[in-house]
Amino acid sequence: MVVKDLEGLKKIKNQTLEIQSLDDTKNRKRITVHMGTCGIASGAQDVLNTFKKLVRESKEKDIKIETTGCMGICSKEPLVTVEIINQEPIIYEYVNNEKAMEIFNTHIQEGKVLSKYAFVRGKESEIEERVQNNGAIKGQEVLDDSIKGIEEIPFFNLQKRIVMRNRGAIDPFKINDYIARDGYEAAYKALKEMDSKKIIQTILDSGLRGRGGAGFPTGLKWKFASQPQSEEKYIICNADEGDPGAFVCGEETALIHSIQGQRGNPRLKIPYPAEKGLFNKPTVIDNVETLANIAPIILKGSDWFTKIGTDKSKGTKVFSITGDIVNVGCIEVPIGTSIQTVIEDIASPMEGAKIKAVQLGGPSGGCLPVQYFDTPLDYEPLKDLGTIMGSGGMIAINEKKSAVDIARFFVRFCASESCGKCLPCREGTRQMVNILDKICSGNGTTEDINKLEDLALVVKKTSLCGLGKTASNPVLSTLQYFRNEYEAIVQ
Amino acid sequence: MLEEIQQLLGFVPVEVQERIAQKTGINENDIYGVVSFYSYFTMQPRARHRIQICLGTACYVKGGKEIAEKIESTLQIKLGENTPDGRFTYEEARCFGTCGLAPVLVVDGTVYGKVKLEDVDEILSRYE
Ligand SMILES: Cc1cc2nc3c(=O)[nH]c(=O)nc-3n(C[C@H](O)[C@H](O)[C@H](O)COP(=O)(O)O)c2cc1C
Ligand code: SF4
Ligand code: FES
Repeated sequence: MVVKDLEGLKKIKNQTLEIQSLDDTKNRKRITVHMGTCGIASGAQDVLNTFKKLVRESKEKDIKIETTGCMGICSKEPLVTVEIINQEPIIYEYVNNEKAMEIFNTHIQEGKVLSKYAFVRGKESEIEERVQNNGAIKGQEVLDDSIKGIEEIPFFNLQKRIVMRNRGAIDPFKINDYIARDGYEAAYKALKEMDSKKIIQTILDSGLRGRGGAGFPTGLKWKFASQPQSEEKYIICNADEGDPGAFVCGEETALIHSIQGQRGNPRLKIPYPAEKGLFNKPTVIDNVETLANIAPIILKGSDWFTKIGTDKSKGTKVFSITGDIVNVGCIEVPIGTSIQTVIEDIASPMEGAKIKAVQLGGPSGGCLPVQYFDTPLDYEPLKDLGTIMGSGGMIAINEKKSAVDIARFFVRFCASESCGKCLPCREGTRQMVNILDKICSGNGTTEDINKLEDLALVVKKTSLCGLGKTASNPVLSTLQYFRNEYEAIVQ
Repeated sequence: MLEEIQQLLGFVPVEVQERIAQKTGINENDIYGVVSFYSYFTMQPRARHRIQICLGTACYVKGGKEIAEKIESTLQIKLGENTPDGRFTYEEARCFGTCGLAPVLVVDGTVYGKVKLEDVDEILSRYE
């Protein structure tokens, strides 16, 4: 269907909402299987097939089966939400085929909640409403209050969802699901009611900074690219993180080369991509998370956005949290939230050993010890301590793990990902790996530690692109905060 | 084109790269550069079954390294090698996007999550 105006968009929205709502005649019950990557890998497809078969065999006509994307709490997958009209939704965790059958028979058909498999009551998208109403939604019967309400769980209630506002609620493959949640209204507003100047001004006023690492003001970047005259201009969405391609291709000039079909080598940044980028045309490169903030800002205004975050950095940041914690997954918190809050409350340390450090920002980042856990997650405060927010990797490390080994892991990664164009990065990272191997095997000396430190500084100062410039960070930060661990294993 | 060949043959041998160079007029070194640069492409043929141990960040810190060592000692081969009987190719992978299930082991495309050391033998025994 071609949408010509806002009315057309609203029509799809209302139709979709109508189809999705539960009612007394046709759809009284709904089973939603959450099919993120982790969900699918842990068996969500089987679970979905089982439910489909059970519904078919039961010959009941009032049960709907839906799918959505990831809910953010990967370690509990597969997750399934069961809803019955006028009753509170229940989310079940670690669902497999046997549990699916039991859930179907007991909850869907007999209306009794299986609290032993339940994770929480309520939906993530309704947390705010639940909080306002003392942990319930008007008109919904509470079935079993021994199960925790979703708003009571720190993992959910300490998050602030802007970029991930629709997670668990929409199926990313269905465009109407998105339209039903105000999708494309911002695009309409920007194209019909705003001109380029006003859009750029709104983004400037919002204070949005790049989420891909450097934290450059996005509005400013857009302003630069708007200035040169050109028939053609490009916007590149950089979503290279986590991709099994080459790591260095996330660097902007390397990304441009790889889109042009060439080998992903970085080049000197001058001329800037804003003047001569993709196919030599003015180009804006924004991180995917940065771009995901644009639509809400356009719709709700820059004032709304500036109320979230810190003085210098507005809005939220997505982190992918892992390591020695219980709740592995993807979270979104206001910028300025402390490391402590994320690790202790949201992530929840695993029992058995204390968390001693957190590695932030992936291979380009650094390792911070527990004494600094009151630091706000924000660009400058982290940079001052020798680490970065980066694109949001956060690994909790407990006392059983060696900080030296973690540093070695990241340097080895950078060494294998170095594109080889410049000597300090290519040879320097390789030498750092050799020295770290020697130290880890117990054959290192104090002199090796000093050599490692010198080398790390040289690589940092003399490399061409961000990969080489930051490859030393894990080494330098662990040398700064965990030198005792190095010293303990050398001769 | 290189992607299609990788999918079709399972690898892109140097001879094929030479043919492409002749037919398309693209410099042979440039093709080699692309194939060797992106980890998506390989230049070696693969065995009957393909084991991929994830050594991405999340898996590494959640015990992927120990799983990798266990597989090495069980099969008596190193990462990047084939078993002499052509049963397994053993490769390192970097993040399947299922970090929530770390450590992750993938055999012929089937994902095994939260793998424990004691699970390894049983998983491998499923592939002859
Ligand atoms: C080695 C290296 C890897 C990078 N990887 C990514 C990446 O995966 N995703 C990303 O958005 N930016 C990455 N960057 C940063 C980009 O160069 C660029 O700064 C960013 O995409 C700009 O978008 P932003 O202003 O929205 O952050 C990387 C930089 C370097 C040096
Ligand atoms: S710093 Fe490393 S990755 Fe960057 S251009 Fe130089 S060799 Fe390549
Ligand atoms: S690090 Fe192994 S799946 Fe992501």
